[in-house]
Amino acid sequence: MSAKAEKLTSKSFQSDQDLRWCPGCGDYSILANVQRVLPDLGVPRENFVFVSGIGCSSRFPYYMNTYGMHTIHGRAPAFATGIKACRPELSVWVITGDGDGLSIGGNHLLHTIRRNQDLQILLFNNRVYGLTKGQYSPTSRLGMRTKSSPGGAIDYPIDPIAFALGAGATFVARTIDVDAPHLQEMLRRAHAHRGTAFIEILQNCPVFNDDEWIELEDRKKRVDSALRLADGEPLVWGAQDQRRGIRIHDGIPSVVHLGDEDDPASKGVAIHHERYETPAYAFALASLQRPDFPLPIGVFRAVERRTYGALLEEQVTTAIAQRGEGDLAALLHAGDTWTVEQ
Amino acid sequence: MPDKPTEQIDRVAIRFCGDSGDGIQLTGTKFTESTALAGNDLSTLPDFPAEIRAPAGTLAGVSGFQIQFSDTDIRTPADQPDVLVAFNPAALRANVEDVRPGGLVIVNSDAFTQKNIQRAGYEGDPLPEVRERFRLVEIPFTTLNREAIKDLGLGSREGDRSKNFFALGIMCWLYNRPMESTLRWLESRFEGAVLEANTRVLKSGYAFGETTDLFPTSFVVPRAKIQPGVYRNITGNTALALGIVAAGVQMDRPVFLGAYPITPASDILHEVARYRHFGVKTFQAEDEIAAISAAVGASFAGHLGVCTTSGPGMVLKQEALGLAVMTELPLVVVDVQRAGPSTGMPTKIEQGDLLMVLHGRNSESPVPVLAASTPGDCFHTMLEAFRLAVTYMTPVIVLSDSYLANSSEPWLIPDVDALPRQPVQYWSDVEDFQPYRRDPETLARPWAIPGTPGLEHRIGGLSKEDITGNVSYDPANNERMIELRAQKVAGIANAIPPIEVFGPDRGELLVVGWGGTQGVITSAVEEARKDGLDVSSVHLRHLNPFPSNLGKVLGQFRHVLVAELNSGQLHSLLRSRFLVPAELVSKLEGQPFKVAELRARIEAALSRPKE
Repeated sequence: MSAKAEKLTSKSFQSDQDLRWCPGCGDYSILANVQRVLPDLGVPRENFVFVSGIGCSSRFPYYMNTYGMHTIHGRAPAFATGIKACRPELSVWVITGDGDGLSIGGNHLLHTIRRNQDLQILLFNNRVYGLTKGQYSPTSRLGMRTKSSPGGAIDYPIDPIAFALGAGATFVARTIDVDAPHLQEMLRRAHAHRGTAFIEILQNCPVFNDDEWIELEDRKKRVDSALRLADGEPLVWGAQDQRRGIRIHDGIPSVVHLGDEDDPASKGVAIHHERYETPAYAFALASLQRPDFPLPIGVFRAVERRTYGALLEEQVTTAIAQRGEGDLAALLHAGDTWTVEQ
Repeated sequence: MPDKPTEQIDRVAIRFCGDSGDGIQLTGTKFTESTALAGNDLSTLPDFPAEIRAPAGTLAGVSGFQIQFSDTDIRTPADQPDVLVAFNPAALRANVEDVRPGGLVIVNSDAFTQKNIQRAGYEGDPLPEVRERFRLVEIPFTTLNREAIKDLGLGSREGDRSKNFFALGIMCWLYNRPMESTLRWLESRFEGAVLEANTRVLKSGYAFGETTDLFPTSFVVPRAKIQPGVYRNITGNTALALGIVAAGVQMDRPVFLGAYPITPASDILHEVARYRHFGVKTFQAEDEIAAISAAVGASFAGHLGVCTTSGPGMVLKQEALGLAVMTELPLVVVDVQRAGPSTGMPTKIEQGDLLMVLHGRNSESPVPVLAASTPGDCFHTMLEAFRLAVTYMTPVIVLSDSYLANSSEPWLIPDVDALPRQPVQYWSDVEDFQPYRRDPETLARPWAIPGTPGLEHRIGGLSKEDITGNVSYDPANNERMIELRAQKVAGIANAIPPIEVFGPDRGELLVVGWGGTQGVITSAVEEARKDGLDVSSVHLRHLNPFPSNLGKVLGQFRHVLVAELNSGQLHSLLRSRFLVPAELVSKLEGQPFKVAELRARIEAALSRPKE
């Protein structure tokens, strides 16, 4: 085999399969941005593995010219856990959706995040079941009318960010399918994080839930409805003449109107920190929902904690150091034995 | 005082029974280890409730442990114990009817209080009647135990815990068992007053046997004349665990075990988790589905993926198993069957999962199925399962059951150098790579693992195009791929040995069994043959595919009797596959067959008028 390393480009990551998402689907943009980021990560192409469950988003691995596994509904985090536990040198990415990850696969998502296995989990949230043609999902708004909820959905939705924080996530971020620079930055940050990196990607389903995120996807509207999180910066958003900030008292956020000359800090606006040991602050951020608040975009939380894989490897190396490499004959003869003579 | 005389006997079966908190399983296990070291052949039957501590003194809480040992080769724990050691009235009530008429019944007389007698459901003192039918020996275990340790300052609750070791000491004297292994175990486990109490009580029990007038003689069972070699005592679960570790060594690849705790399979996970120095990774998953999913992921990554579970967990694994069939990855899934349906009787015995593992997945999803036949055979079955999984790139199911899991036998430790070695080779040829191009002989697809440059590919559950593995909805292709997978699994019949008949290979009656019933079926057939009956048997290890000569063997007998602990699962497979008018012996009581039950059915089948 040729020794020279292939110069990777986004094209290197395109497979020969025809894309089969609906025209206008947010998944196209996410795919293109992932393919754009991967060449810069310093990882050989053969070391990437994309693992998915079932749903529109889960077709993703077929379109990536990497190793990939399109598994069963909701279980992708568990498959990925096994892959990464065995082969720590691989860069393992989980592609899931709001139905796959938070409904049928909620348990696996919870426990994978809790273990802090070193994975990137991208949850495409379009707040609807697409592949089964339009039923409400666990993130759909209360009252959403679909074929399976003609009288309106009566399930209270779950917020993916709050879910991940509740599971003890060490890296939690939110981004938008069509905001290429921000999406790419979040992908890079997720890859650089050691442990489970969870990203909620707001994604449009043009067929069954069009414009669900239009306030965030439309650049002009975004100014007024998105709060960009930046480490060490105040929680401020809005056009120049309509700046507002978020104050957090006793864990309860509120909106502060800022004049042109106001210093946000002196007005009590919170300064964003990704590295609080307690998740309480990140929970407060996660509680910011439209229309009363802007929707935070960016990294909610990024803390260091040893990964499941590192702890597992350490147990293996410690066991070998203490007991020597396993000797099968000695193992079979362990404990009380006796000899029957001829 | 003068030494008491000893009497030589060729075999004996003893059952210990008491509350599940009385340490019955421990007593039985320690007595078994002593017996193994004394050189006897042995077979055990632990029988305990699923509840950890059912209410004391009730029938629900009775735990039992039976052991038969002998000076010849034996295969079963015996239909009827010769000796019963009962720690309380409930244990007596639950077990005494099983004892051989005239057998020895030893009771803890301290436990036969009015309250305990009532709690066991007896109207009055049961001992007078027991005395009439059996040889009853009443020993105040609790009092004697307290007496032995009174100066150690243990509370009565803590102190009373060692009374099982008083009984063990008596039994060690009565059957001339060495106590060194138990004393060593105590030293490794306890210290201080608790160590002293247990050691002293064990020895006091032995001394009590030596001096009491209750036992005029002790008994000697000579060493068994069995195949020479080094032996250890082994349960099926331990043998499966060792088989998992050994597979990694013999195939030169790390093992990944994904499991979720479930009775009676959890001990396999416990055991394997201790062997990290073999590079083995164990993963206690959040549920049964994650356990198998992680193991399939491990296989995709190039490790030897394996899962261990029981029936209710097996059900949950079927979808992921279907994916392993579709993606054609090597994987071993162990189902330690228990009595059902649903949660059923988790600690009891059944062979009810055969059709579920064969047919419990959506659509056409064939998997090879192997069944272990003895505790020691679990080791070799495990190794064979891994070899088939890797050679044929397929998930393989290993069936055990709660009888094999918990019962033990002396095991001739195999010579590691003589075990099959099959180092795994991954696919590496970039020029000639297609994910679903098959080996012409085995029909296995290549095992190409992440991290290999140039072999990047995607697999998944959607229908696969022949050769390329790309997603395909082509109708003819779908049918062809289903056929190819079926042919691949069927082709394993070429790689497994023809089935051997126990007894003449033609005649009047053939008894067919599979899995953990081998010992009892063989014993029944052997006894019947000694009495001049024309009966043979075959015991199936390979349930899918069947051995290639099975149909021919069945055709050589006038009658076929299928014995299994379910309502006729293998029976229906044999009838539909080979069109033989087989009869069924079925049992669904959560207990193993008895030799006498099978004998009766063999005799009935042979006494039927010939057509």
